[in-house]
Amino acid sequence: MLWESFKLALRSVRRNVLRSILTLLGIVIGVAAVIALVTIGSGANEKISSDISKLGSNMLIVRPGNQGPGAPGGNEARSFTERDVEALRNGVALVRAIAPTASKQAIIVYDATSTDASVTGADQAFFVAQDWSFIQGGSFTESDVRAASNVCVIGTTIVSTLLPNVDPLGQTIRVGAMPCSVVGVLGSKGQSAFGTDQDNIVVMPLRTFQRRIAGNTKISNISVSANSPTAVKSAQDSITAILRETRHIGENDQEDFSVRDMTQIAATMSATTTLMTGLLGAVAAVSLLVGGIGIMNIMLVSVTERTREIGIRLAIGALASQVLTQFLVEAVVLCLLGGFLGVCLGFGLAGLASFFLAIPFAPDPKVVVMAFGFSGLIGLVFGFFPARNAARLDPIEALRHE
Amino acid sequence: MISLRNVTRTYGEGDAEVRALAGLDLDIAAGSFVAIMGASGSGKSTTMNILGCLDTASSGTYNFNGIDITGLSRDARALLRRNYLGFVFQGFNLLARTTALENVELPLVYRGMARNLREEKALAAMQAVGLHGRESHTPSELSGGQQQRVAIARAIVSDPLVLLADEPTGNLDSERSHDIMRLLQKLNKDRGITVIMVTHEADMADYANRIIQFADGHIANDLQKGRT
Repeated sequence: MLWESFKLALRSVRRNVLRSILTLLGIVIGVAAVIALVTIGSGANEKISSDISKLGSNMLIVRPGNQGPGAPGGNEARSFTERDVEALRNGVALVRAIAPTASKQAIIVYDATSTDASVTGADQAFFVAQDWSFIQGGSFTESDVRAASNVCVIGTTIVSTLLPNVDPLGQTIRVGAMPCSVVGVLGSKGQSAFGTDQDNIVVMPLRTFQRRIAGNTKISNISVSANSPTAVKSAQDSITAILRETRHIGENDQEDFSVRDMTQIAATMSATTTLMTGLLGAVAAVSLLVGGIGIMNIMLVSVTERTREIGIRLAIGALASQVLTQFLVEAVVLCLLGGFLGVCLGFGLAGLASFFLAIPFAPDPKVVVMAFGFSGLIGLVFGFFPARNAARLDPIEALRHE
Repeated sequence: MISLRNVTRTYGEGDAEVRALAGLDLDIAAGSFVAIMGASGSGKSTTMNILGCLDTASSGTYNFNGIDITGLSRDARALLRRNYLGFVFQGFNLLARTTALENVELPLVYRGMARNLREEKALAAMQAVGLHGRESHTPSELSGGQQQRVAIARAIVSDPLVLLADEPTGNLDSERSHDIMRLLQKLNKDRGITVIMVTHEADMADYANRIIQFADGHIANDLQKGRT
C-alpha cells in the first residue's frame, strides 16, 4: 500500500511539474541555505585552523601595547629592545625559538618592475618560530645578522611579480633605497586568516632593517614558538613576568605589551563563524517553515481538485486511513524531492563559495541526512491537515463533486 | 440477502427537515436483478446509497447477508463495500490519466493483494466485459460504452455479492445502453451476482426480473417478473 501510494505521489508530482516545483521552492531554498551555510561554515573553520597552524605551531606573539593587534595605541606604545629579547632568550624555558621582528611596507624594485611588500627584519629564529620552509637557498647566517649585511629572503609572490623568469638566488633587488642580494626563497603559505598575502614578504637581518629601512632600533614584535601545546601557557606566563621586569612595570600597573596565543585567536574566529552560521541557520529555518506552509496550501488545493477521485476511492473500499496515507505520502514525497533539490543547490552554492573564497569544500554527510529527515518531517507535519481533510470526506458528497 | 426494515432517512433539522425515505421495507433475494425506478426525489438514490453502505439510515435496520449494518462504523462499512459490493455510476467515475487496467485493479490494491495476482484478476475482469486488448488505454481514449465496461470490470473484479448500478446507461446512446444491459444481465445469470440498478428508462428496466417503483419515499409498485 505504501509503495502504491509512493507511485501515485510520483505520478501526481509529474502531472503538475511546474506547480510542484513552485510549491517546493520554499523547501528548496531553506534546505539549500542550511546545506550551503553549514558547508561553507565548516570550510571556513577548517581554513582558519589551517591558517593559524601555518602561522607557526604553538605560537605566541608578543606585541607592544595592550589592546590587541591593530587597535589604536598599539603602534604608539613602547616597542621592545634587544635587552628584552636577551632577557627572554635567557629566561623562558620550553621554547624552540624566540624571534624579534620589525616590519614595514616598502617598495621593492627589480629591473624596471616594482611592487609593494611587507619588509620584515628578523634573525634566523624567525623562520623556526613561524614555521617557514625554503624552496630555494636558505636563511641568511648569524654573521649576516651580526654584520647587518645587505641580504634578504623573499616570498613566492615577490618571485612571481618581480623575478618570474630568472633564478632569484643571487639577484639584487632594491628594498626602498637599499640594494640587497637574494639568498633564499620561502615556501608558500598563501593567504592569512586576516586576508593578507603572507607570501608577499621580504625578510632581512633585523639590524639591516633597523638601520637601512626603519631608521630606528625598534623591535615591533616578538614571535615565540613553544615546544609543545602544553608549554604554551607556561611560556606565556614567564614571558609576561620577564617583560614586566625588564620594562620596569610596577606591580599594580597594567602591562604595556600583550602576549597572545594564536590558538586563542583561532578559537575567537571560529566562535564568530559558528555564531554567523547559527544566525543564518535560523533564517533558513524560517524559510523551511514558509516552505511547509506552501506545501500545506498546495495539498489543500490538490485535495479539493481531487475530491471526486477521493470519492471513487472511498466508494470502492478505500479506508479513511488509506486515503490519509496516500496524501501524506504525497506531501512527504514532494518535500523529500524539495530536500533533494535543496541539497544539490546547497552543495552547488557551497562549491562556488569555496572556489571564490578559497576555503576548503567540506561537505558533511550528517547535514545531508538531517536535511532529508527535516524535509520529510515538514511533509508529515504540513501534509497531515490536508490529508485528514481528504480522509474525512463523505463519499456521497465527494462523488457528486464536479 | 438484503433486508431493510422501516428505514427512514431525513436530511436537515427542524423546519428544514426533508424526509427522503419514510419507513421503507425492502427485501432483495440473492441472485436477483432489480431495477429501481421513480421520479427525482422519490428516494431511489437515497435507497441506493444506504444499500451501498455509503450512507446510513436515520432509523430502522439494514441487514446485509446476515450482517446488521445499522450501527457500523465508517471503516467497517468501507470494508463491507470492499468485500461484498461493486459500484457502477452514471458518470463512469474512472480515474483520469490512469490506464483501464489500473482502474480495474484499484479495489484489489486497497485489499492489499499482490501485484501479479491483482493483474491476473484485472485482466480476467477486462476479458469478462469484452475489453480485452484495451488494458493500457486511459479513459479519455475510450468511448463512453467502453468506459462503462471498464467501470463494470472494476466493480466485478473483487467478486462482489451485489452490483449497485446508478443509472448505468444514463450517459450512453441506445445501442451502447442495450450492450451494457446485456452485460449486466449476463453477469447476473452467469456469476449469480445480485444486480440492483436505478434507471429512468423503461426498456432498460425490462432487463431486470423485478421492477420497483418509488414515489415520495415509499415503494409505490413492486413488480416481480417470472424467471425467464
